[in-house]
Amino acid sequence: MQAANGNAVPTDTTDYVTVFVGETMFGLTIDRVHDVFVPAGITPVPLAPKEIVGLLNLRGRVVTALCLRRRLGIPGREAGAAEMAIGLEQAGETFALIVDGVGEVLKLGADTQEPVPINLDARWRDISLGVHRLDGRLLVILDVDALLAFGDARESKVA
Amino acid sequence: MDDLLREFLVESAEHLDTVDAELVRFEQDPNNQQILRNIFRLVHTIKGTCGFLGLPRLEALAHAAETLMGRFRDGYPVSGASVTLILATLDRLKAILADLEATGSEPAGADADLIGALEQMASVEAPAAAAPPPLPELPPIVERELKPGEVSLEDLERAFMEAPGPDELPAAPVLEAPKPALDPVLEAAEPAFESAPEPAAPAPERPAAAAPAEGGEGPIAKVQTIRVNVDTIEHLMTMVSELVLTRNQLLEIARRHEDSGYKVPLQRLSHVTAELQEGVMKTRMQPIGNAWQKLPRVVRDLSAELGKGIDLVMSGAETELDRQVLDVIKDPLTHMVRNSADHGIEATKDRLKAGKPARGSIRLSAYHEGGTITIEIADDGKGLDLAAIRKKAVERNLAPAADVERMTDAQVAKFIFHAGFSTAKAVTSVSGRGVGMDVVKTNIETIGGVVDIATELGKGTTFTIKIPLTLAIVSALIVKAGEQRYAVPQIAVLELVRVDPKGENKSANSIERIHGAPVLRLRERLLPIVTLDGLMRGQATVEEGEIVESGFVVVAQVGRQRFGVLVDEVFHTEEIVVKPMSSKLRHIPLFAGNTILGDGAVVLIVDPNGVAKLVGQSAQSGAATETEVEETEAGDAKATLLVFKGGAGGFKAVPLSLVTRLEEIDASKIEHLGGRPLIQYRGRLMPLVPADPSIEIRSEGNQALVVFSDGDRAMGLVVDEIVDIVEERLDIEISADRSDLIGSAVLRGRATDIINIAHFLPLAYDDWARGPRKTVVKAPSLLLVDDSAFFRDMLTPVLKAAGYGVTTASSADEAMSLLKGNAGIDFVVSDLDMPGRSGFDLVAAMRKSGGRLAEMPVVALTGTVAADAIEQARRLAISDLVAKFDRSGLLAALAEIGEAAEPADARAAA
Repeated sequence: MQAANGNAVPTDTTDYVTVFVGETMFGLTIDRVHDVFVPAGITPVPLAPKEIVGLLNLRGRVVTALCLRRRLGIPGREAGAAEMAIGLEQAGETFALIVDGVGEVLKLGADTQEPVPINLDARWRDISLGVHRLDGRLLVILDVDALLAFGDARESKVA
Repeated sequence: MDDLLREFLVESAEHLDTVDAELVRFEQDPNNQQILRNIFRLVHTIKGTCGFLGLPRLEALAHAAETLMGRFRDGYPVSGASVTLILATLDRLKAILADLEATGSEPAGADADLIGALEQMASVEAPAAAAPPPLPELPPIVERELKPGEVSLEDLERAFMEAPGPDELPAAPVLEAPKPALDPVLEAAEPAFESAPEPAAPAPERPAAAAPAEGGEGPIAKVQTIRVNVDTIEHLMTMVSELVLTRNQLLEIARRHEDSGYKVPLQRLSHVTAELQEGVMKTRMQPIGNAWQKLPRVVRDLSAELGKGIDLVMSGAETELDRQVLDVIKDPLTHMVRNSADHGIEATKDRLKAGKPARGSIRLSAYHEGGTITIEIADDGKGLDLAAIRKKAVERNLAPAADVERMTDAQVAKFIFHAGFSTAKAVTSVSGRGVGMDVVKTNIETIGGVVDIATELGKGTTFTIKIPLTLAIVSALIVKAGEQRYAVPQIAVLELVRVDPKGENKSANSIERIHGAPVLRLRERLLPIVTLDGLMRGQATVEEGEIVESGFVVVAQVGRQRFGVLVDEVFHTEEIVVKPMSSKLRHIPLFAGNTILGDGAVVLIVDPNGVAKLVGQSAQSGAATETEVEETEAGDAKATLLVFKGGAGGFKAVPLSLVTRLEEIDASKIEHLGGRPLIQYRGRLMPLVPADPSIEIRSEGNQALVVFSDGDRAMGLVVDEIVDIVEERLDIEISADRSDLIGSAVLRGRATDIINIAHFLPLAYDDWARGPRKTVVKAPSLLLVDDSAFFRDMLTPVLKAAGYGVTTASSADEAMSLLKGNAGIDFVVSDLDMPGRSGFDLVAAMRKSGGRLAEMPVVALTGTVAADAIEQARRLAISDLVAKFDRSGLLAALAEIGEAAEPADARAAA
């Protein structure tokens, strides 16, 4: 959590990988992102928490795929719509975050950062570190550790 | 802490553990110079190293212990008191070592108490222990500490009383114990000493002839080893697992491109990978004896604490298993042995009242069986009080009274695995608080193992634990349910049954329903059915109409619960690398892990234990009781036979227990090398042998195979068609003249030839003869001794067909205890080449034990007949040496013994 918080209040600038879900643009600090790939051959896991889409083979590693839409509680994408995956690591395990698309890497300074608006949906507030005001749109910064804290791992969630 | 010291700590800890175990052995066998030399050497090493590293406290203690042991070595008799004292010293040494490890320096403190006691003992031991035997036995008075008459009883007593031992706890009882034993001995010793100062012959050395046999018992000769960090091996293992996966993927690709130039190098890669995998697995393997090392000491201490005589007999300590598995079972095993010692074995007076030997015994044995290891913990104690357990189970509301009434004994016994379940009338410091057995079961189940209990009131209890050899790679059946594939570990799979909707095919098995609950008739029993697809959707029951009525039922067994899992399709078996579930998914009981298949897809590994639990919840009593009945009845002499068609349309059968697997292979994959048909099977070449000369190995289409394997080797028996599995009383009617048949029997109303696998194995491998031991038999009853379960299974029907009653033993030790306990055995048929104690050792032990066993005829089975073996066989009065696959030779030898049985010296003739 140290790292993520440190990045959220940067003295200088921070690089963010931007991803899209529906109309919203999210940012993930680049040092948490290990991979960007097209997910294929996902094996669903029966009886799994709803956020988990399944397991997939990423170059010989078994990776747990979770859907950012389901995590945020917004409806699933249409069948056949494009999907991308972000490889994340936490405590030695690899996860794949399934999103609609991946955008460019942005270098942002603290000057554009705002705290999370208090009227935001609680589910969103819990996994956001802040919001950046960009030209014409907003970028919600995701807290990777909070994002991965669901199901049985809720205790590891950081406020 | 410097490296030298660290290394010293590791080594010393190992040495002390070994000394612990060896001392207990030594106490029971005080004349064994081999063990003593070993103990002496180890303690001496510790002492020497301590001196070198400047650890005066350890050195002084080790020196005192060494001095006392030096006395034993000089031939002074060994008493329980002295061993107890040395064990207490070892505990102190360990405590100091632990401090040393924690702080890096020797803790302050004095050991004058123990050293004093040791020195006293060393000086007084000789006269004390030598007194009871005839006076001339008195050993010579030696120079140093020995001061006859100067040691008063008071001094000695005080020395004992003052010795607190390490950390109060174990020492108090241990140190007090020798007191009563010593008093009378000492009193007797003093006058004896005064009146017999004349030195006599030192305690007798063992006769030279016995030396080789002892050598065999001693520790295995030192091999060259290096220490490797566990992490390094784990990492290597992970990498090899990845390599296996990649290899599988490559093979899958190559399969799709028949004539690619990759084929040959890929083959090579495949073999190298298989060997590498095996090699790395081997480095992870450790003998199970490592987990047992502390047990002799535990039992000895318990024995003293509880005031019962208990012997611990261990066999199969060299059986190897993965260190990860070893770590998990270490504690459960210790707990179960403690439990047996405390609850299982009765107090000495009760034993005598029941007409049993005063000393109870706990037998711990381990052996390989297929891909699993079986560990048995058997005591000859009072057995479980099933009535009390039933009562308690009802009291504690574990099951309704009516159900408990109907349950079989084996099921009832399992209640002891419930948390907090104890029927012990008294809670002792050892056990009886009902904590533990549930933990034991949980621990064993987490590694995919199962525990079973067999108990007989008044006779004893046997716990049987079956665990997989390794957790990293398992053989699994790949099945499909719904749209997904799953891997089912082979260990839980008993058989596969194809089911079709009723009507289409009258002979097909079909699923029936009782109030909606699906069941399958399987060999006159009802098997509860769940669908894998249904389980995956979170429902253990199957709704009418929803079930696909055709597919395969995977018959699985977990513990004593047997059930069928309906799947849509069964693909093949595959060696899979088990990868742990993600932490987010670990709570789902249905899965044991996941893996990547050859085609790159991730599949989930079904956990049979988890399925069994769900089945148990929904199909409760039906499933459970049904299975129990089957289990208990299986004991009757019924044999399960695999029936197949082979040669001229005739039916043939082979005991199913011998069969490793049934396969249908693509006939085009059969290759011919040197004129012999072979097939690549699981990364190795497997020879194929037709079950009948008239069978032609197909060149296209599918070819049915019955695979037999023993250790690394496998043979495929080519058959026309696999027909059925039948369970019937094996009544062989005609003993055939043909060596490939044992005889004929009527199975399901059809005359069926029972084939003799012994005939086929040498056809596949000329030297497949390293396993079997047999017992020699007079017509009635013989004991067959062989370390290979495969050969035991193979020879048993042969011998039974020839009219002998057959008892089997898997080791020389087991054979000896059987022979001593069973007067009904007339001959012994024994393999000569067994790990541990060989067949010759067994016969030597029989001859030495005198009486009936000294005269008992023995037929030895051997792979090679060497001149010195013949010579040794003659010396041991072995009736006959028979080559392992010479079935008629064996029967002829047995018949000869039968005829010659009247003249008692007949065996000498051979």
